[in-house]
Amino acid sequence: MTALDGNAIAGMLQTAFGQDMTAAPGTCAGCGAASRLGQARVYRGAGTVLRCPNCEGVLMVIIENGGVMGIDAQGLTDLHVPW
Amino acid sequence: MARAALLRRLTWQTGTIVKIVTETARTRTIALQVPEWRGHRGGQHVDIRLTADDGYQAQRSYSIASAPSDAQVEITVERLHDGEVSPYLVDQLRLGDELELRGPVGGYFVWQDSPGGPLLLIAGGSGIVPFRSMLRHHRSIHSTVPVQLLYSVRTPEDLFYREELMRMATSDEIDISLTFTRTQPPGWNGYDRRIDREMLVESGWSPGADPLVYVCGPTAFVETAAELLVGIGHDPRRIRTERFGGIGENP
Ligand SMILES: Cc1cc2nc3c(=O)[nH]c(=O)nc-3n(C[C@H](O)[C@H](O)[C@H](O)COP(=O)(O)OP(=O)(O)OC[C@H]3O[C@@H](n4cnc5c(N)ncnc54)[C@H](O)[C@@H]3O)c2cc1C
Ligand SMILES: [Zn+2]
Repeated sequence: MTALDGNAIAGMLQTAFGQDMTAAPGTCAGCGAASRLGQARVYRGAGTVLRCPNCEGVLMVIIENGGVMGIDAQGLTDLHVPW
Repeated sequence: MARAALLRRLTWQTGTIVKIVTETARTRTIALQVPEWRGHRGGQHVDIRLTADDGYQAQRSYSIASAPSDAQVEITVERLHDGEVSPYLVDQLRLGDELELRGPVGGYFVWQDSPGGPLLLIAGGSGIVPFRSMLRHHRSIHSTVPVQLLYSVRTPEDLFYREELMRMATSDEIDISLTFTRTQPPGWNGYDRRIDREMLVESGWSPGADPLVYVCGPTAFVETAAELLVGIGHDPRRIRTERFGGIGENP
């Protein structure tokens, strides 16, 4: 599967969070690296997986089903939502 | 008040096709009139959604090719022969047709008028699209930020925006290098190979100039370029990438 950037799913993230999230900084629970969601590596399959640009650990998984979105962000120790 | 504006939901809108320009044999620029467009920044994209008669939907992202100050929203789409969405956009759409879109989205891969150093833009194939928006913006605000663009395509027939780029290259601030990786124009004495370390060292700002770097194109192209850039000493935090997807050959 080929990777995209977190920026490529800006529309999905904005739908989920109500605002642009691509510049939002987060910290990887695996390696502690800080990055912006726009820099994550994104793999799309049945769900959308965001991986840490430093260690490739899973930061976030987004599942979309019939207009309902589920988000698992256990791979992030913190995420700065801009407001 | 500001908060209310921020929280406005991202909704699907309908745009009407008002202009179609053929860029290459496989590529068209489609201009849309979008009634409630709230403006964009160079480098952002839109999501386009197609709905079949049976309700099946397919969604893809396309960079915005027009400048923030342009009256219409333009996208430039390259047809992939086995693609689901791009052949429809390139071959089937007609003037007056409507298209569903949402955006602008993506606040990360944008350039407005960075005070932070010169700009280095690296495009592979259709990866030139967001740079057209940034460069148009650069021209319209008379920015003095110096820009170097390195644009890699397979053949002269694959160049997008040829005349516009040539015109932009006549300005003092914008310097454009092309590489034709498969077939070169007659008499060409410029680059004729895939981007490599030497090419980036010759035609791009050195790390010492502390440029802001944007790389865009098919995923494999972007990854190669980003690795080369880090290899010659560019600060990874100053490199922004936009991978378009795809597997296979580099432009
Ligand atoms: C943020 C963003 C901005 C984009 N901007 C543009 C743009 O300005 N212009 C543009 O033409 N495209 C752009 N793309 C790519 C676009 O979203 C689609 O992926 C592309 O049009 C192919 O869609 P399709 O449905 O025709 O092909 P699909 O049915 O999705 O794929 C068909 C085949 O082509 C391969 N493929 C998919 N995408 C690519 C690709 N980009 N390059 C090479 N092979 C690929 C697939 O692996 C598959 O084998 C952008 C992508 C992203 C993420
Ligand atoms: Zn990590």
